[in-house]
Amino acid sequence: MGESIIMEPSVEPTRQLIRLRGRSYVAFVFAPVVPIVGWLEEVDATLARSPNFFVGKPVVLDLSAVDLSPSAITHLVKSIEQRNIRVLGVEGVDAEHLDSSLPPLLTGGRACTLQPPRPEKRDTKPPQMTSLLLDSPVRSGQSIIFTDGDVTVLGSVSSGAEIVAGGSIHVYGTLRGRAMAGVNGNPNARIYCQKIEAELIAIDGYYQTAEELDANLRSKPAQARLDGKIMRITPLN
Amino acid sequence: MAKVLVVTSGKGGVGKTTSTAAMGAALAQAGQKVVVVDFDVGLRNLDLVLGAERRVVFDLINVVQGIAKLPQALIRDKRLENLWLLPASQTKDKDALTDEGVGRIIDELRGSCDWILCDSPAGIERGAMLAMRYADEAIIVTNPEVSSVRDSDRIIGMLDSKTVRAEKGERVEKHVLIARYDAARAARGEMLTIDDILEILATPLLGIIPESQDVLRASNVGSPVTLNSPSSVAARAYADATKRLLGETVPMLVPTERKGLMNLLRGRRAA
Repeated sequence: MGESIIMEPSVEPTRQLIRLRGRSYVAFVFAPVVPIVGWLEEVDATLARSPNFFVGKPVVLDLSAVDLSPSAITHLVKSIEQRNIRVLGVEGVDAEHLDSSLPPLLTGGRACTLQPPRPEKRDTKPPQMTSLLLDSPVRSGQSIIFTDGDVTVLGSVSSGAEIVAGGSIHVYGTLRGRAMAGVNGNPNARIYCQKIEAELIAIDGYYQTAEELDANLRSKPAQARLDGKIMRITPLN
Repeated sequence: MAKVLVVTSGKGGVGKTTSTAAMGAALAQAGQKVVVVDFDVGLRNLDLVLGAERRVVFDLINVVQGIAKLPQALIRDKRLENLWLLPASQTKDKDALTDEGVGRIIDELRGSCDWILCDSPAGIERGAMLAMRYADEAIIVTNPEVSSVRDSDRIIGMLDSKTVRAEKGERVEKHVLIARYDAARAARGEMLTIDDILEILATPLLGIIPESQDVLRASNVGSPVTLNSPSSVAARAYADATKRLLGETVPMLVPTERKGLMNLLRGRRAA
């Protein structure tokens, strides 16, 4: 008996069947009108009121009310995308006007009701104020930046050192360097020290240098506060 | 285990090399095994001040680069058998000095001596940073005048941030050495007072070394002042500072104008 040759029937690779399904989505429709520039200004005004509303939301451009050349359509789509709005599709134009670089042509859209964008409530909670404590002197060349609140130094601040604080600055020692308080727009911040020999004092951006410091106050305990635009440095006792 | 001590200042010309040589010699005389290392690449002076300039074969950079072994580069002092010098290179570039190279050398030295004195160059650049990098203690040499004090303050800030110890959260023990103190000018109010200096630097005082012709004479003959003229005011001040470094309590003498007459003006205990 001869060897039987067993031949396996050739196995065709199983094919993934692509099932085509239908789904409908709701998109915002932007319908520009002439003049386009004016219409874009309206869009900007809406964005200013609710800056985050259109981020991530599909938008369709309905160009039936305007008659734009292919290059004008490209330009308009670019203008919209520059405003961080992604255009999902275009409707109301002839297919020949749209080339492959533009969003696809959509047809068969149906009107439906939508919630208009509400102006977003600004986050009005004030930031958390904390404070920084340094228990050794601040040496020349060191720069302490603490925008979240007050800075207290248990020691002196050397000439050539600087303290930048969002709140007030308290120096239990001699202040010889630069002290800049209230840097985040806090004009009520103050600067206190046991001996004032500062190179520069600033509160909320308004500054005064050592030159302008009253000679009688030098090397004495002092506090500095802002009175309008004027720096008032007074003895602390 | 050796103590690594950096002699630094920020400002140039205040007396770092003089102090390194004087105190290195004083420590060796007290029986400690001392290696002094010159970190001033390109502007070396420690070999001159110690009188070893004619015996330099290999230097610190040669050892970092692996061209020479450490024992080949170390120069023993002819007068004090406990004192060794590792000279700097005069011809090479500072960039040849690397962090790991210096670390290796310090580790190798730690096992075989009691004190490693690092003579720092002036400034706050690479040479000065590497001299202080592995320090356990620091002597900040200051002259009693404003620019020197401000520069010393800067260096103190760096000792607390740029050293290996600071990075590990440990402290480098710091001492201020006031050098070139001129009693006459201090009396006339032309120089900062001791109290002013200590108030600004907020660091314990190790000693006050007066301005002295003996220091100049000593470096001209290539001998540390503590060896060359041990009875001079400067030498005795250095000797006292060395004793304090070793933990002894020695009353602080403020040098006065009148030569040879030391007034005990205040008994200031070095903290």
